[in-house]
Amino acid sequence: MNDESSTSAHIRVRNLTMKYGDKLIQQDLNFDINHNDIFIIMGGSGCGKSTLLKHMIGLYQPAEGQIFVNDSSLWDETEATRQKMMRQFGVTYQAGAMISSLTLSENVGMPLELYTKLQPKEIIELARLKLSMVGLAGFENYYPSEISGGMLKRAALARAIALDPKILFFDEPSAGLDPVSARLLDDLILELRDSMKATIVIVTHELASIFSIGNNSVFLDPETKTMLTTGNPNTLLTDCHLPKVQQFLRRGEVANVL
Amino acid sequence: MAEDVVTFHRQSKSILRVLIKGDWNISFGLQNPERFLAHIKSNPETSHVEFDASLLGAWDSSLISYVVSLNALSKEHHLKIDITQLPEGIVRLVALAEAVPEREGAAKNKVKPVFVDDLGSRLINVYAQLSAFITFFGETLLSIARLVKGTAVFRRQDLFIFLQDNGPSSLGIVTLISVLMGMILAFVGAVQLQQFGASIYVASLVGLAMAREMAAMMTAIIMAGRTGAAYAAQLGSMQVNEEVDALKTMGVSPFDFLVLPRTLALVCMMPLLTVYANVMGILGGALVAMIMLDLSWSMYIEQMMATVPLKHFLIGLFKSIIFGVLVALSGCYMGMNSGRSASAVGQATTNAVVLGIVLIIVFDSLVTIVTTVLGV
Repeated sequence: MNDESSTSAHIRVRNLTMKYGDKLIQQDLNFDINHNDIFIIMGGSGCGKSTLLKHMIGLYQPAEGQIFVNDSSLWDETEATRQKMMRQFGVTYQAGAMISSLTLSENVGMPLELYTKLQPKEIIELARLKLSMVGLAGFENYYPSEISGGMLKRAALARAIALDPKILFFDEPSAGLDPVSARLLDDLILELRDSMKATIVIVTHELASIFSIGNNSVFLDPETKTMLTTGNPNTLLTDCHLPKVQQFLRRGEVANVL
Repeated sequence: MAEDVVTFHRQSKSILRVLIKGDWNISFGLQNPERFLAHIKSNPETSHVEFDASLLGAWDSSLISYVVSLNALSKEHHLKIDITQLPEGIVRLVALAEAVPEREGAAKNKVKPVFVDDLGSRLINVYAQLSAFITFFGETLLSIARLVKGTAVFRRQDLFIFLQDNGPSSLGIVTLISVLMGMILAFVGAVQLQQFGASIYVASLVGLAMAREMAAMMTAIIMAGRTGAAYAAQLGSMQVNEEVDALKTMGVSPFDFLVLPRTLALVCMMPLLTVYANVMGILGGALVAMIMLDLSWSMYIEQMMATVPLKHFLIGLFKSIIFGVLVALSGCYMGMNSGRSASAVGQATTNAVVLGIVLIIVFDSLVTIVTTVLGV
């Protein structure tokens, strides 16, 4: 959480090609994510946004190209080093992915239990703190099946920040939430970014979130199977004249700037 | 962790200054607020708490946790606490942690139940389970009635897939178990009967045991582990995905669409598998009889025909049909009543197999008692 005001990008993606077996998902992806960015991965359904996220967090190996985190290439390191690099990532998944047989407190405490030498009592205390940060104080002993979808997303966020990650990845954080909860979650993400000095990567197609919290982005296209553009979404809205990007950012309405 | 990342300094009689310094990392462990408590207790005149973080290095949640606990303690002792001297990130995270107060009544207190309480709630649970199972059984009967009337909606392909899966696909395991079962029976019998020079009766023993009990029961137990578990897992995951709800909203009875083809398929296949298991068991017995006891194939078969009447096969066959119903129903019941999580589906699968096997054995004992009393 200390200041890391390095001038070079936090994450650099270079010539990335992603495939499932022989099926090409995306190719030639090149973009930078700076320290303290809120970086949006956007694009139409099925274009490979979540796949890109899973490549960046080290779940899938790229078919070609590199992903640099703090200038070391994620997939050119040894397994042990990569595991260590992955530990500074916090990730939330689309459906929350909380372990259903554990209570919220045990879910949040699990990374602490695995990677620190804290006493069980201390782990419970920290898990409680993390849950209260996301507004779930008092729900420590609930099971994931006993709370609502919005609470589940926040609980997943609590687990993601358990180890004070330097980079937070969100896969569709506000999907399925009502506008007010989605807004509150956005505020929470902003707050965490500012206070924890973290870098944030979000897969989303909620336009409201994209414009209000995103300050950098990449736009993936399912047809040409590559990125169309990268940059601040608000700037893209006014300055990018690619029809597909305009259509996306204006919900399909024909842009009058064209 | 070194003790001196926190020190306490008394600015005046009423002001306690908490000096935070060095690196804070959760891998060093958490700071205990005991010393803070000791300081304010030993100086009852304390009314203000301040922080000094000028020597603070790197920090993480361990510091947030410490500040939050000092905050809580100060509030408890009616002290004024000022955390604004801490770095901005810490102040904001502490504010975030304290922003949403604990919801009234949200906390679950884990009360350890008294023995009587526990026993009572277990009994109530058993009663509820029992009535749920009977309801389920009734629903299935209604579903069968609809099938007879021709109004039950389900996909015929489903039925064939289940028939295929329950019948031909289980032949391998049924063969293996039945042959071994027949051989075991023959071995056990041979050791005893040889002493009396009555080894020919091995054929009667194997024939009677397989026909009346073992073929049907072993097949049922195999199917409970194989098909009953699969049914529970399939229906349980469909519950998790809200597929069962989707069927209901489409106006399709989940009993007709899901339970009926599964039950029908198993009930059709169980007697066939049992006949097959009988043949395999008798072959297994013959193998032992011919190799170990020097009996000829024709002697073995003739002896069996003469001493094991057809009614034993029919009793076995009858039982196998009921076993099929029991296994299918316990699998489907557990699946349909599964909770909506990964562990609940696992639990449902386990329960389906346990319930299936218990029902098989209980029913088998009942039949044995009844037939003995009736002298059949």
